[in-house]
Amino acid sequence: MTAVVQAKGLSKRYGNTVALDNVNLDIQPGRIVGLVGPNGAGKTTALKAILGLAEFDGQLSVLGLDPRTHRTELMQQVCFIADVAVLPRWLRVSDAVDFVGGVHPRFSREKCEKLLARTKIKPTQRVRELSKGMIVQLHLALVMAIDAKLLILDEPTLGLDILYRKEFYNNLLGDYFDEQKTILVTTHQIEEIEHILTDLLFIKEGKIVLDATMDDVGERFAEVMVNPDKADAARALKPIYERQVFGKSIFLFDGIDKARLAELGELHKPSVADLFVATMKGTYQ
Amino acid sequence: MNTITPASKFLWQVKREYWEHRGGFLWTPLIIALVMLAFMAMGLITAEFTAHQNGFTLNGIHIDQLTSHIDADAMAKFQGALDVGLITMGMPIRIALFVVVFFYALGALYNDRADRSVLFWKSLPLSDTQTVLAKVTAGLVLAPALAVLGMIMLQLGFLILMTLYAAIHGINALPYLWSPTHLVAMWVKLAVLIPVNALWAMPTMGWLLLCSSYARSKPFLWAVMLPIVAGVIVSWAQITNSFSFSGWFWRHIVGRLLLSLIPESWINLDSLRALDHANADPGIALGNLLSFGSIADQFATPNFLIGVAAGVAMIAAAIWLRRSRVEAYA
Repeated sequence: MTAVVQAKGLSKRYGNTVALDNVNLDIQPGRIVGLVGPNGAGKTTALKAILGLAEFDGQLSVLGLDPRTHRTELMQQVCFIADVAVLPRWLRVSDAVDFVGGVHPRFSREKCEKLLARTKIKPTQRVRELSKGMIVQLHLALVMAIDAKLLILDEPTLGLDILYRKEFYNNLLGDYFDEQKTILVTTHQIEEIEHILTDLLFIKEGKIVLDATMDDVGERFAEVMVNPDKADAARALKPIYERQVFGKSIFLFDGIDKARLAELGELHKPSVADLFVATMKGTYQ
Repeated sequence: MNTITPASKFLWQVKREYWEHRGGFLWTPLIIALVMLAFMAMGLITAEFTAHQNGFTLNGIHIDQLTSHIDADAMAKFQGALDVGLITMGMPIRIALFVVVFFYALGALYNDRADRSVLFWKSLPLSDTQTVLAKVTAGLVLAPALAVLGMIMLQLGFLILMTLYAAIHGINALPYLWSPTHLVAMWVKLAVLIPVNALWAMPTMGWLLLCSSYARSKPFLWAVMLPIVAGVIVSWAQITNSFSFSGWFWRHIVGRLLLSLIPESWINLDSLRALDHANADPGIALGNLLSFGSIADQFATPNFLIGVAAGVAMIAAAIWLRRSRVEAYA
């Protein structure tokens, strides 16, 4: 299978700031990839490059096309939800459906109307009359009705309540995703989506610092809760992160034999959020 | 799934502009026409009460003329005057059209960046070239066509009012006011003027779209201040220099960049004044100025042709900038 996104030496600088520093990427079809990083790490810049919205240095191919020169062609196969509330406020719901149907060859009107029927959105409403959550429902209905190969989500649920957030990802998994499709998502609410991800990309200061499947993450990383008497033994194994809870120490290890760690204390699978904090320490200092 | 041709895509994009700007494009000319008709009706009612002993004129047409039997020469003169009246009546709609399209063009490639909805439009398979050209078409063809509809509505309303007014006085005005050949010829002329005005307006359209595409904030300041500051500098430099071209600069650079969207502003006012001095009949004078021959002559002037070329170049630059500019500060 050919890669959906393939980047070699992808770089981008704004004046003196380096937004992307020699990034190499290889995203295969049928994956749900979480691109995670602190604010200003280069997530949005990377997505913009993939979508052909920004110039860059290096090599980048999306579905075999150069996004800078084949944007229009590419957007037949790529969809994106950039942020909440980017639908124009004057647009009427029925006009939005008509318009996307009029310009997108892979859009299914029936599917979109079916999705909208499950919401409280009325065809005669304008976007400015909808709540933030309903705007995202509308946007998602439009996008899910497009049979695209790659869906890019940039903080799609920012500012929404938990009900809308859960519904968003449930719809995406239940009615949209299949092995022909690829989803690339950035979000700060990583704990809410870690169970749906198949791959994890950590980005820090324009560099990819972790590129692994979720299975690999489970293999490589382990969290151990250690009593104070064994803490020094644990430190000798060079944990990548240490924190204290109720007088015990919790250590995060990368690539240490699980049997050895089990001798030190209780073994856990680390959450992506803990892994993120461990990987990104020192970012804002 | 859907069969989509480049032409159908383009039409959807023009339609999109119409949805967004229905207020300026459609309602503005219609409401102006209705308000003017309301004023005319009020004027006629006032005339009934105050001025019936003096007779009544509107737009240079003396109602009492209709009572006498007029000969062919007088009839031709009357028709000419009626044409002038009907055409100049649309002036408020033309001025509104200029203001609407000016601000439409200024916001066309800026507003969607300021509210970030550009990211939605760019998530669809639409080329930047087609997007910008759809906006040019909406501003230079669709909006003027709707303004012409408003003007025609205003003319018809005026003729109906005058016919009713005459009928109240026992006069059948139908043969004088409702000459189908005259009316249709005038409407054809209004329609022909749309592409002529569009080509003339290209430098302003191009300049406004370029500023709209370029500005990260305040496109109005860029678009208006830049040419005016340049004009002031040129005028100032002329004080110290012997050569003099500031008049030329204001007229052919500043004026063309900012004011060419004014409908029929390509009409050479010098020739109008010359005709005026010769005491020519205004109906015939205007008829001559708007004759197809006189319109065709415009195409051959360097002013016209260089303007079109400059407009095309600036629109191309606006398209190029549109490719990678997605940010703006509201």
